[in-house]
Amino acid sequence: MQQIINFIIRYKNFLLYVFLMMVSLGFTIQSHSYHQSRFFNSSNWLTGNILDTSNDVSSYFGLDKENEKLMQENEYLRKLLFNKEERIDSTALDSVFLTYTISTGKVIKNSFADPRNYITIDKGRNDSVEPDMGVITSKGILGIIENTSNNFATVQSILNEKSNINAKIKNTDHFGSLVWDMKRFNVVQLVDIPRLVPLTIGDTIVTGGMSSIFPENIPIGTIRKFDLNTSKSFYNIDVALFNDMTNIKNVYIIKNNYRKEILELEKQTETNGQ
Amino acid sequence: MVSNYYFLNVIRFILLVLVQVLVFNKLNFFGFINPMVYILFLYWYPIKENRAAFIGLAFLLGVAIDFFSDTMAIHAASTITIAYMRPAIMRFVFGVNFEFQSFKLSNTTRVQQITYLALLIIVHHFVFFTLEIFSLDNFLLILKKVLATGAATLILCLLFGSLFSVRKE
Repeated sequence: MQQIINFIIRYKNFLLYVFLMMVSLGFTIQSHSYHQSRFFNSSNWLTGNILDTSNDVSSYFGLDKENEKLMQENEYLRKLLFNKEERIDSTALDSVFLTYTISTGKVIKNSFADPRNYITIDKGRNDSVEPDMGVITSKGILGIIENTSNNFATVQSILNEKSNINAKIKNTDHFGSLVWDMKRFNVVQLVDIPRLVPLTIGDTIVTGGMSSIFPENIPIGTIRKFDLNTSKSFYNIDVALFNDMTNIKNVYIIKNNYRKEILELEKQTETNGQ
Repeated sequence: MVSNYYFLNVIRFILLVLVQVLVFNKLNFFGFINPMVYILFLYWYPIKENRAAFIGLAFLLGVAIDFFSDTMAIHAASTITIAYMRPAIMRFVFGVNFEFQSFKLSNTTRVQQITYLALLIIVHHFVFFTLEIFSLDNFLLILKKVLATGAATLILCLLFGSLFSVRKE
């Protein structure tokens, strides 16, 4: 016993180091295998508020450009609206009948240089933002909500090695998965497109209909380069993003009102199948 | 005097965390270089302090940065590693001198100070990027990031070091 105590006292620094290292590695590896850590994320109260304050100040410098962007988007949406044949009246926009409801948010922290990038936005549980909602900008897809606190939420960016989003080639139904190889922040990869699909450089990639998170046909990017993978049966496609991931301010949060129902049905089918 | 000295370290801790997360985490020089100037806290921290407390503080510092940058506990793992290895690094750089009571960082030569800082940075960045990228397939990517970010961190730390000189201690 004496010896054990002596041993502990003698190596207390080393033991402390090993213990803290275990704790850190525990948190790190746990979130590698599953999700971003529940505790170590910037959507909590303290960090959220500090980042929000900093953002309040710095956002003034980009107001002109942001306004310009929003005007351009409004112009595009107006064009769509005025050229639509049947009129949309306000009852059709009653949220009871809609599959998707949209809310807006602002980015307060953005990162794109790490292998796992997360974006923090200023909407949280109080604005009924929940994990697994989709986030887009006016130009294209951005990511999926991962954690929420009362007033903030973190978004798993598409520039994240864990990101895996259903995508397809526009105007076809050939779909694959959108992943990221951690190399460049303006290029993501589309994999699992069979080799018999005709491709051209410059084709547009949009979100597919297989996901219960994003609506179909949200723009992602254009094909920049493609080649066959090692098994020679699927394409690896480099997709140049429409979004400038380094410069994002206003985002839209998409909620699929039928997601719960879809998931339940899929779960039921799965259990029946076994 | 003693309370003044703790006060200085607390202020330094808070300021370095804020500067790191509000300024340097957003730098993205060449698209991927984010210098980690908060290492200065561990560089400046008094040498004759209790080692266990030092490792504990290093952990707190790392965790504080992790909270802001959504990096799980990678910063914490790297800061405790250099906190644990600091005496060994100092013995390597300054020889047995540093164990004497009269040893002061400001009394050493410029080259020694830079070597000491550079070693801290290299160990820190190596642990950090290895854990962050977490695959040996990307060893070249790890090396590239360690060297590029390390150089940026070193330059900025030296600049900060000469701005806020610690001669008074």
